[in-house]
Amino acid sequence: MKICITSQGSTLDAPVEERFGRAPYFMIIDTETGSSEAIENRFAEATGGVGPKAAQLLIAHQVTALISGMVGGNAREVLMAAGIQMYTYRAGGLVKDALEQFTNNKLERAG
Amino acid sequence: MKIAVASGKGGTGKTMVAANLAFVVSQSCDVTLVDCDVEEPNLHLFFQDAPAVTDVTVPIPVFDLQTCDRCGKCAEFCQYGAITVLPDRILFFPELCHSCGGCMLVCPKGAIHEEPVRIGQVTIVHPSSRLTLITGILDEGKPHATPVIRAAKDMSRDAGIVICDAAPGTACPVVETLEGCDACILVTESTPFGLHDLHLAAEVADHLGVPVGVVINRSDGQDKKTLEFCATHELTVLMTIPFDRGIATVQNRGGLICRQSPEWQGRFAELFARCRELAGEIQ
Repeated sequence: MKICITSQGSTLDAPVEERFGRAPYFMIIDTETGSSEAIENRFAEATGGVGPKAAQLLIAHQVTALISGMVGGNAREVLMAAGIQMYTYRAGGLVKDALEQFTNNKLERAG
Repeated sequence: MKIAVASGKGGTGKTMVAANLAFVVSQSCDVTLVDCDVEEPNLHLFFQDAPAVTDVTVPIPVFDLQTCDRCGKCAEFCQYGAITVLPDRILFFPELCHSCGGCMLVCPKGAIHEEPVRIGQVTIVHPSSRLTLITGILDEGKPHATPVIRAAKDMSRDAGIVICDAAPGTACPVVETLEGCDACILVTESTPFGLHDLHLAAEVADHLGVPVGVVINRSDGQDKKTLEFCATHELTVLMTIPFDRGIATVQNRGGLICRQSPEWQGRFAELFARCRELAGEIQ
């Protein structure tokens, strides 16, 4: 499956970004192959509507799970409609730490 | 000639100044007063009458799912994130839509048409043969004030003298109100907040190319910092209104000090003359 972790940087060693819609990067990880891709969030600085835009980006990349700190109302609506499961990570660690927690089923589902 | 009355900080006395100014001008000329504080209009409290009402609507897209093939071009075009295209449906967020009409234009299948949605109303009353009051009112829960402000100002487009009472602050509603005006009165009070926000408002007016004059309201005679600011920024102080319980009493009962005081009538007539100078109408 492909999962997304919101990130402050473009590698797995970057700190996790708690916000979804305005995250600087989306790390897309293929849990089967272990490969990862960093997508720069070009909508991060928009005045509004960033949630739906970010969600649409995840849909376009066939992501089925999202790990983030906070997801806003509009984004939540789109993610739920698209069947993308949300997980909460707020421990302040790096992307690879969040990935490990997810792999070990330690993360709470968010809605 | 169009004069805007704005402030920066809220509660400084914009409506008091706009209402009295309009009343005085209407003693000799036709004038239209426009309440552009559409989220919280209050000029009608001073000019009570049965209004003529017009709805303000904006167009929003409606999607025909039979014709739509989920190409996603509409969502890609939308700058505001209002449209999300899923395999089985379209998610539309009306509060994010800015009614630009772009989605409808880029749809290759013609699957989008527009329907009007009411967001507010504009009312007109005639308190006297020379005075017209136009009030814009945004419906509660609707996020965009600017189309209602535009509709209210539009109704005054044939008037010779227009006074626009702006919302507080320096955001989109104030910019929309100031645009096209020949002069702007900034009403301030001599407090740290008042001065801070006067600075912001003056910058906005300057950016829009609208000349500014300042009215210091509720003055306790200790206006040094405000006067220094105005001098440094070359802003004319048009009038100073003292902090006076009597004025507050008249105002709070929905009255106008110009109605009962010939002295204030004279002072507001002078304010109007100075506005005309500011607007470049007279030397």
